[in-house]
Amino acid sequence: MNPQEEKKDGVIAQKITRRALLGGAATAAVVIVQTASGKAVQAAIPEAKYLEDPTKRPGVPPGELGTRSSFEKPLKKISDTSSRTPLQDLYGIITPSDLHYERHHNGVPAIDPGTYELLIHGMVDKPMAFSLSDLKRFPSVSRICFLECSGNYRSQANGQIAPQEICGLTSQSEWIGVKLSTLFREVGVSPKATWFLAEGSDAAVMTRSVPVSKGWEDAVIAYAQNGEAIRPEQGYPARLFLPGWEGNASVKWLRRIELSDAPFMTREETSKYTEPVRDKYRQFSFVMDARSIITYPAYPAQVQKGWIEIRGIAWSGRGKVLQVEVSTDAGKTWQQAHLQPPILDKAHTYFRYLWEWKGEETEIMSRVTDETGYLQPTYRQLTEARGASGGYHFNPITAWWIGRDGKVLFRST
Amino acid sequence: MTNGFMLKLPKYLFFAALPAAVVCSGPLAGSKARQGVLSMPTHQDTLRYPRTFGLGRVVSQEEIRKLDIDVRPDGLGLPPGSGQAAEGKLLYARKCAVCHGEGGVGGPSGSLVTSTTATAPSPQRRTEKTIGTYWPYATTVFDYIRRAMPFNEPGSLSNQEVYQLTAYLLHANGVIGEQTVMDAESLPRVVMPARERFVSDDRQGGPEIK
Ligand code: HEC
Repeated sequence: MNPQEEKKDGVIAQKITRRALLGGAATAAVVIVQTASGKAVQAAIPEAKYLEDPTKRPGVPPGELGTRSSFEKPLKKISDTSSRTPLQDLYGIITPSDLHYERHHNGVPAIDPGTYELLIHGMVDKPMAFSLSDLKRFPSVSRICFLECSGNYRSQANGQIAPQEICGLTSQSEWIGVKLSTLFREVGVSPKATWFLAEGSDAAVMTRSVPVSKGWEDAVIAYAQNGEAIRPEQGYPARLFLPGWEGNASVKWLRRIELSDAPFMTREETSKYTEPVRDKYRQFSFVMDARSIITYPAYPAQVQKGWIEIRGIAWSGRGKVLQVEVSTDAGKTWQQAHLQPPILDKAHTYFRYLWEWKGEETEIMSRVTDETGYLQPTYRQLTEARGASGGYHFNPITAWWIGRDGKVLFRST
Repeated sequence: MTNGFMLKLPKYLFFAALPAAVVCSGPLAGSKARQGVLSMPTHQDTLRYPRTFGLGRVVSQEEIRKLDIDVRPDGLGLPPGSGQAAEGKLLYARKCAVCHGEGGVGGPSGSLVTSTTATAPSPQRRTEKTIGTYWPYATTVFDYIRRAMPFNEPGSLSNQEVYQLTAYLLHANGVIGEQTVMDAESLPRVVMPARERFVSDDRQGGPEIK
């Protein structure tokens, strides 16, 4: 437990003491609440209950739906168009589904799974429509992969910015569905088809052109995420999932796929999701380059002298993470971090590095190398290579400055 | 796009005739797949797949037409109808200006029209990306407005109205003349100022930073 959490707990304990004095007995019963429909359900145990000796009173009986401890309040950070995963509050590699980032272009649509169909047409032998139950009857596939928006870099001059705000537009799930190649075989995709259009049934009627080769290679029509049906925010009842590629191309609420011999040049692959590179604008930059970030210690944490396990995630859209190196002296020297298995293809990989902090002011940072030999660049290297700053596909090394008082602040590289 | 032309293609029994493993890694896979994008051996369990699973239903061209609203740069998919800037200007003031600014400049949802800034020392283009400075294809203007705008009432415009708005925005950006009629013939022929600046991604993985 870090000092900040201790302090937080201290505050809570005081609050509870006062509340308990005012009538703790009334809150001691099993916690059952009424829903809007009048049904009684189990709810999270309120903080007051934690004052009691849990061994002296029967606990809450089994419930229909699990709950989070009322001490744990991880939340997405929302803006008008997105909400960001609280990377600094998470452990391991799976993002709880309700904390998966969101980015959509005109809200989450309400789609009836009973009438849902996916249409596949264009350069095919047989234009066909598949219901949700059809999709579920095909042989299935499961992949644990990250999904990342390509516009996933923010900074803050005063350093007061958490991993969530820097790059919280990446999350990881187990995605289950049918391989798009299975459906391609079913409809008989023409060998002359080189691109397909993927279209969503949201109010933006989102469209992206995707090379057919990705469809044959590893694209999935996903209907499940982390053991349950995909959530509405993630594309219920079915979405395209393109492992390792920029999130926008994995079109949610997928209603139509059209095979073609040319890209469609939709707004999201021309006006948006394109980035300046020297005097050109680069488009169809599908693959997410390798990236890593230390999620502990990171702003807003405050650290104490002694042993610190530096933790973070690393990932690459081109394959597996080969190694992660950590520097605790502002990038002068680098040491191997321990990669926590599983180390999966196109997936967030957890890394750890044990470090004894003696209280000196310093900067810590991580850099990943993927299995293609790509080494995560500094911010300066990236802007020099592109002759431009900002924009999409920005994956720089992220540094954390640690002050003598243990304060941790973001630093650009 | 409406795919009348697809129906003229011969039936390809190609995939059914090949082992699935060959389909995934062989010559049919596009060049990108062969550029060494690392992947799991996804084709392995397709070896025993039957030729068809007998799932799904074949759809008619009428059904497809109802959903098929996309437009390609070559004009494929553009519907009948036509429009000019003057008509579009009136429509724009009524339905779009509240979010995209009077004359397409400076609204809360972003400018659509390239302008000069009053404070700039010499006439200077706004750095803001607009249809005039950043859009490589005119057909995208039609496609996007038809599918997604107005933001609060998407899909509410007639094809005629979309042609009018497209003509207005292209004219306001100095791309076409005031009298130029936009229709399925003329729209794909419009050459956009930003066209030449767009290049396809050439990152390949490996040590190079691009
Ligand atoms: C209620 C506000 C609103 C109204 C009204 C509205 N828009 Fe938009 N428009 C938006 C928003 C928000 C976006 C950005 C959407 C996104 O990024 O997904 C947008 C984006 C656009 C774009 C793409 C801009 C770019 O550079 O990528 C065009 C073109 C456009 N609107 C045209 C129109 C037209 C034409 C109308 C009138 C028929 C209209 N809009 C009415 C809010 C509005």
